[in-house]
Amino acid sequence: MLQGTLDLLILRTLCAGPAHGHTIAHAIERGSEDVLQVEHGSLYPALHRLEDREWITSFWGTSDNNRKARYYRLTKAGREQLTEQTDRWEELVQAIGRILKPAAQ
Amino acid sequence: MSWNRYFHRRRWDQERSRELEAYVQIETDENVARGMSPQAAHAAALRKLGNPTSIREEIYHMNSLGLMETLWQDLRYALRLLRLNPGFTLVAIASLALGIGANAAMFQLLDAIGLRALPVRDPSALAIVKIQERHNGCCTFNTRYSDLTTTLWEHLRDRQQAFSGLAVWGGYQFNLTYGGELRMARTLMVNGDFFPVLGVAPAAGRLLTAADDQRGCAVPHAVISHEFWQGRFGGQPDAVGKTLMLEGHKFEIVGIASREFSGLEVGRGFDVAIPTCAEPLVQGAYSVIDKPWGWWLAMTGRLKPGWTVAKASAHLGAISDGLFADTLPSRFDPSMAKAYRAYRLIALPGSQGYSDLRTDFAPALRILLAITGLVLLIACANLANLMLARASARSREFAIRLAVGASRGRLIRQLLAESLLLSLAGAAAGAGVASVLNSQLLTFLNTRQGTAYLDLTPDWRILGFTAGVAVLTSLFFGLAPALRATRTSPGAVMKASSRGLTAGPERFGLRRLLVVTQVALSLVLLVGALLFVRSFRNLLSIDTADVDFSRLKLSAAATYQFDQELLRRLQEIPGVVSAAHIDIVPLSGSTWAQPVTIDNQKTGAIKLAHISPGYFKTMRTAVVAGRDFNDRDTFAAPWVAIVNQSFARKYMGGDAAGKTFTMPRGEKEVVTQYHVVGVVGDSKYNSIRETVGPAAYLATAQEPEPDAYLPVVVHTALAPAAVIPALKRTIGEINPDVGYEFHIFRDEVRDTLQREHLMATLSGFFGVLAALLATIGLYGVMSYTVARRKNEIGIRLALGAARGDVIGMVLREAALLLGVGLAAGTLLALAAAQGADALLFGLKPRDPLTFAFSIGLLAAVAIAASWLPAMRAANLDPTSALREE
Repeated sequence: MLQGTLDLLILRTLCAGPAHGHTIAHAIERGSEDVLQVEHGSLYPALHRLEDREWITSFWGTSDNNRKARYYRLTKAGREQLTEQTDRWEELVQAIGRILKPAAQ
Repeated sequence: MSWNRYFHRRRWDQERSRELEAYVQIETDENVARGMSPQAAHAAALRKLGNPTSIREEIYHMNSLGLMETLWQDLRYALRLLRLNPGFTLVAIASLALGIGANAAMFQLLDAIGLRALPVRDPSALAIVKIQERHNGCCTFNTRYSDLTTTLWEHLRDRQQAFSGLAVWGGYQFNLTYGGELRMARTLMVNGDFFPVLGVAPAAGRLLTAADDQRGCAVPHAVISHEFWQGRFGGQPDAVGKTLMLEGHKFEIVGIASREFSGLEVGRGFDVAIPTCAEPLVQGAYSVIDKPWGWWLAMTGRLKPGWTVAKASAHLGAISDGLFADTLPSRFDPSMAKAYRAYRLIALPGSQGYSDLRTDFAPALRILLAITGLVLLIACANLANLMLARASARSREFAIRLAVGASRGRLIRQLLAESLLLSLAGAAAGAGVASVLNSQLLTFLNTRQGTAYLDLTPDWRILGFTAGVAVLTSLFFGLAPALRATRTSPGAVMKASSRGLTAGPERFGLRRLLVVTQVALSLVLLVGALLFVRSFRNLLSIDTADVDFSRLKLSAAATYQFDQELLRRLQEIPGVVSAAHIDIVPLSGSTWAQPVTIDNQKTGAIKLAHISPGYFKTMRTAVVAGRDFNDRDTFAAPWVAIVNQSFARKYMGGDAAGKTFTMPRGEKEVVTQYHVVGVVGDSKYNSIRETVGPAAYLATAQEPEPDAYLPVVVHTALAPAAVIPALKRTIGEINPDVGYEFHIFRDEVRDTLQREHLMATLSGFFGVLAALLATIGLYGVMSYTVARRKNEIGIRLALGAARGDVIGMVLREAALLLGVGLAAGTLLALAAAQGADALLFGLKPRDPLTFAFSIGLLAAVAIAASWLPAMRAANLDPTSALREE
């Protein structure tokens, strides 16, 4: 997976509402129709990093199957960050697309 | 990264563990729901998550401060490693400590003597006024620094424009007691402007001002030094207002000088400062304040704004002609007048004060600084060798650690930590060495004129600098091999280091080079040490009389009778072999020299002294022709003289007895003809280092005015200390008002040799040290060679090599290193020895015996040190040596 894209995917997933690590991992896998295989462990340092930057906050809650789990929620700064990074990602994709398929234009 | 997270990273870690656990539980639950068995479900969940430890570690690192965090670990690990190798650690720290300590101490001393500014206001604006070049053609200068008479000072004060104020002073010793044994106070006679111009602050009371220095002051005021206040008055505040007796005259103490101020003479200090107007009081009949030929004052001026020392010097030169012409003493004969008028005044930078320590000791200290510099080099080479050996011995360890995943950066940090620890310990020990050395060095600078007083608080810049050099050495030589080891692939290193004969030959070459350097440098130091020690022994071996007591102070009346009776009764004391007078005690530093006339020809300056009959017997000087003075040589008899052999040879064609010379005599300079009645052997006059020149002795009994300060020399059969009480008793019986002091001649002579003593002791110490370090270095390299060649030696022994051959093989290698080192060292020492020429007595700097002995000594010790590894090699058990691989 591309460097930095994991952060973007996590932010995007949390946009729908608070979730815990397990949910986020599965959501990314399902959302990409299993194209993006996240090693679930690598999610946690990323979560830590995002929390460190205050784009997300965390709290302990209870999961659907009654387990205690740590939930993450998007902050205001995180929401802004998501918009910004999404824009930048789309620009990037278009730019790369233009280079790879010049004939299509 | 936040500090908050850093300090709570343990709690954070627990938090993450719980979170990861939660993941595994949730995933397991889902897996079970999908129909897996609980065990399989758990295992699958763990697989899905990945390695939880490495995840936690990653997060933990995000929370840590990187370098600082691991630094602490590295230091702890390094400490453990160093504790495991006490031998290595000890030698490394000792090398560092000696190198750093010796250099810091030496530099501090040099700095205190020669480089530091006086503790006065704006010292850079001070300039010393001096006569450009004193010579024998004119005038007797009272002290080393007395370049002015009262008349000259007053004329100069009125004519000069360069200085805003002039501080004038003369340094003397005056007696604090009356009768009995003298107690001398180092006294500065200063003008009223002295303290204001220098800008010294009082510690209590006030300092002298112009109002205190009025001609004819009856009960003059005095200022005492802080040191004297502490010593004599115990620092009591009521010292101000008390009176003090100097040469039997009352002085009122008006204040105490600041603690830092110890006079203008570096390292000598002072006890009392009195105004110049008190000079006639304390000097009595010897007063020179009103004599145009009394040279008793030194001068330091404060430059006006905008004036430089060079400009002031030019100004003084310009007014010198008129100044000396207008102050010419009327009694000078034409040749002396010419010499007097030719004198020129100059200005020298005065910020560092006056220093005979500087002139006497600077060359010696500079050589010592060079020596300690070499010691630092040798210590660094030793350290480098140790670090190299250690690093190459550990290349395998590094390889293993790299192979199991340590990063290169981390390994290097680890080595840095070890070097750092070693250096810190070495620097701390070095600071200790420096302070011990410094206190020892100070005692070398003490003389009978007083304790040397130098500010030798540790200088952190110097300590820092030398420590820096040593640290860089340890870093460079600790790291360089490690860097190389970590650059090659771990596999290659592992393979190479298990085959004794193939690992990095060039690295080993560096070690050999270091040992050769060490041997060469330490030979230089050994040669130097032996030269100085032998020179000192040469000086000490000169035979000297046993005791003398000087400065008998008596009333002018009846001194002849007293003198006669004193000498007679002294010689009756058991243990006293003989006693006699001499007005200029040999080697005391005083000189009386003037030309005489022979056959209308004026000679060069002849050394002169007045003596009583029996002086030569007392000093054990041989009378080689003619006779000694006797009781018939009185004021009424013809003027007689005794000359030494140099005089007889140079001016009288060898046979002097019966010939005559003329010389102006006494205050009125009456030209008098002297008959030479005897010739005596040459003896030292001024200093033990001098080559003896022509000297003539005159009879005290023929002097019209007996000297009130006439010293007596006594030759004792017993130890001087055993005779002194009887001497004191006898003097007291004859006249209790007489004051006196004792000097043991041998100790006096030793005092004048303190510089040689210092050189001999320190260079000897460092020479031995250097040889020791070089020997350790050689031992280290030879041990290392043997360890590396274990395999080969084992094979040789297994194939039937004799043990003697193996020993020979190892020793041959050691001898090669030693030989190259000694050859290089000899060349270096030959070149360097010339620099010590001025400090040597009685031997040439390229003394072959010294060189031979040094080379022999170093070779013997070094071969002895290589003997141990050679024996170890010879005693190898071939089977175990081969099995070890």
